[in-house]
Amino acid sequence: MRIPLLRLVPDDTKIDFVQFRRISFPLSAILSILAVLAYFHYGLNLGIDFKGGTIIEVQSKTEKIDIAPMRATLEKLDLGEVQLQQFGANEVLIRIAQQPGGDAAQQAVVTKVRAALGDAVEYRRVEVVGPRVSAELLGYGIIGLGLAIIGILIYLWFRFEWQFALGAMIANVHDIALTIGFMAITQIDFDLTSVAALLTILGYSLNDTVVIYDRIRELLRKYKRLPMKELLNEGVNQTLSRSVITHITVTLALVALLVWGGRAIHGFAAVMTFGVVLVGTYTSVFIAAPMLMYLGVGAHRDRESTTENTPARVTP
Amino acid sequence: MHFSTTRALAIIVFSAIVCALAVPNLFAPATFDALPGALKRKMVLGLDLQGGSHLLLQVDADFVRKEKGENLRDDVRRVLRDAKIGYTNLALQGLTVSVRIREEKDVQEALRKLRELSQPLAGVFSGSNIQDLEITETGGLIRLTISNAGIIQRIGQSVEQSIEIVRKRVDELGTVEPSIQRQGLDRILVQVPGLDNPKRLIDLIGQTAKLTFRMVDLTTSVQQAQASPPADSEVLQSNEGQPYVIEKRVVVAGEDLIDAQPSTDQRSGEWVVNFRFNSAGARRFANATRDNVGRPFAIVLDNKVISAPNIREPILGGQGQISGSFTAQTANDLAILLRAGALPAPLTVIEERTVGAGLGGDSIQAGLKAAWIGSIFVIIFMFVTYGLFGLFANIAVAVNVGMILGILSLLGATLTLPGIAGIVLTVGIAVDSNVLIYERIREEVRAGRSALSALNAGFDRALATILDSNLTTFIAAVVLFYVGTGPVRGFAVTFGIGILTTLFTAFTFTRLLVALWYHWWRPKTLPI
Repeated sequence: MRIPLLRLVPDDTKIDFVQFRRISFPLSAILSILAVLAYFHYGLNLGIDFKGGTIIEVQSKTEKIDIAPMRATLEKLDLGEVQLQQFGANEVLIRIAQQPGGDAAQQAVVTKVRAALGDAVEYRRVEVVGPRVSAELLGYGIIGLGLAIIGILIYLWFRFEWQFALGAMIANVHDIALTIGFMAITQIDFDLTSVAALLTILGYSLNDTVVIYDRIRELLRKYKRLPMKELLNEGVNQTLSRSVITHITVTLALVALLVWGGRAIHGFAAVMTFGVVLVGTYTSVFIAAPMLMYLGVGAHRDRESTTENTPARVTP
Repeated sequence: MHFSTTRALAIIVFSAIVCALAVPNLFAPATFDALPGALKRKMVLGLDLQGGSHLLLQVDADFVRKEKGENLRDDVRRVLRDAKIGYTNLALQGLTVSVRIREEKDVQEALRKLRELSQPLAGVFSGSNIQDLEITETGGLIRLTISNAGIIQRIGQSVEQSIEIVRKRVDELGTVEPSIQRQGLDRILVQVPGLDNPKRLIDLIGQTAKLTFRMVDLTTSVQQAQASPPADSEVLQSNEGQPYVIEKRVVVAGEDLIDAQPSTDQRSGEWVVNFRFNSAGARRFANATRDNVGRPFAIVLDNKVISAPNIREPILGGQGQISGSFTAQTANDLAILLRAGALPAPLTVIEERTVGAGLGGDSIQAGLKAAWIGSIFVIIFMFVTYGLFGLFANIAVAVNVGMILGILSLLGATLTLPGIAGIVLTVGIAVDSNVLIYERIREEVRAGRSALSALNAGFDRALATILDSNLTTFIAAVVLFYVGTGPVRGFAVTFGIGILTTLFTAFTFTRLLVALWYHWWRPKTLPI
């Protein structure tokens, strides 16, 4: 007995992805602008990695934790901005803004909070980042993103023509803009793990784009006279089944992380899921590939094929 | 689809060995310790998984500069006095000491003597002729400036000395496998697994613990000394805020201690610290106490007076006792600090990250659960989509994860929660290489190729794409490794290694599986 295998994408699809750019390009432009506006309006919720300050995660040893008295107790300590966030019945995450007075002043916060809350709670996590370290980490984060983009750009430039590298870059910037907009709207903590998520989204989205570009380059060599639009469509359609299947496997892995991975990586998994699942693949198919229409990828080829077909003119 | 027997065996043996490297992680600690040295390698759980404290300390560079400047000023004074050269306006400003020589005839002699203070820089600068001082002279005004390289060298020495002292202090806490490393120019990273509350550790590390025994200055009152500070004394306070006038001259310092132990006083029953001097210290202490019977002396720790007892009789045996309203814990901690010695410069905690053992355990469970569920999802999906070939892909992914764990063990790398996420993500992305190959094979089959030719073409054509797409992701992982710290770096490590093992399995292992299957069954059509 043979079990029929799952075919998510029928063979020989002929979807006109390039034509769809009339919708996808304006849509992406609007979304990117909205993302930038969201960034300026809401701002990123900088975590302590970049802003400095203190995070204390406590769990009550008894059944339930009542957040109001705890808030009152902590506000009496006069530590500036204090935020409390409850998880489940008996866990509370306390965020305390950076204290004036340099690195030494930050350590006093933990001592004060421990004294105020006493032994009724278990201290599950304590993080204190001083002003010097947070400034450096922010610098590293920005340099890291920049270096990754440059590194990938150089690699693509070596492996493909510059038009492909440029197309991939535009797609990339689009992905990062949308993801940052997502973080601004959801106010997910932006910390070092977010930079890790952004870099991974960058890598993954490129991975997807490169697969499609590879196919387009192959087709460019194979069909010298096929119009660019049809050629690009052919490239996307031929790799469509792969895009969908890989997309699903990555989504499955990410959903597992998002649902069962625990709160410590929840933000990371959420950003990754948005970037990879919702944005990454869309970009490769609807932005990166049709973008090549405008970057003059075909121009060079047309001239070449003309010369090939009329050898008499070039031979003296 | 042809593999020589040697090559097939090489691939299988290599994959098996790399996977086997992960096996020591499963052993009980006793079994692991019994392994021969070369095999004694396993992954280390990050502090976010096993619980523990991560402290980043910074040496106070301003203190080092100030101290170096003051030492230079004192040296200049001593040299000129010893040489009996008259001078005025000896002043320290920043890192520059300036002094005016009174008589013009003495200037050359003074310069010659002062140049002897300058020393060539050791370490990275050795061999070159760089000195730690720059000395200039204009019209009788001599300026000595400590060079930047000299300061950097001094900070480096302070860090190295501090690491030794911090290590001694941390070891006294009796924790398992603390790690103390230098980081950058002026920082020390202390990682102590299993420490829930690092308060005591921070207290122990945060104290300079500079201990001195000095005489109390009875020639002036506290009020007078505060109004016009005398040249050779200073006003210091006890922990309770009681002020004393203390001579600056040190009778005996902490360096001369050879032992310190907490104990209880037999008469009063309160906690004290018993100490013993080395012979030089004992001699100086004996002389000082003999000459000053009836006068008070002070025990000063980090510019705080711990106690100021009267000398009842000369203390000749080189042994003594410090009392000062201690508890068992503070007496014990002071003894630890005295045994370990004083830090050359104060250390500040600039970053603390502590995870309780409870949260660590929860994170391990959550990470493993996500890993299993994610893998099972992917395995089922691949099997439903590609049938037998999906099974091949799943075997390849299992080998892939085994190899990641093996390499992590070989490197003794640290596994963090984001690191586990990196492995889960690798599972999702690793099957991509198989998907690329299989989709290509499906296409070639549709194009009318025979089974063998479709397999060959599928693998050959997909490999270039796999290489391209994985290398771009690898660049991101490498960058992340260099800019990330702690847990994030753990993600970069597993993700990066995952990409390399994915490339290996795609190029060799999957292909070998398919080839073995083909040669065994010789199918006319492919079940794909």
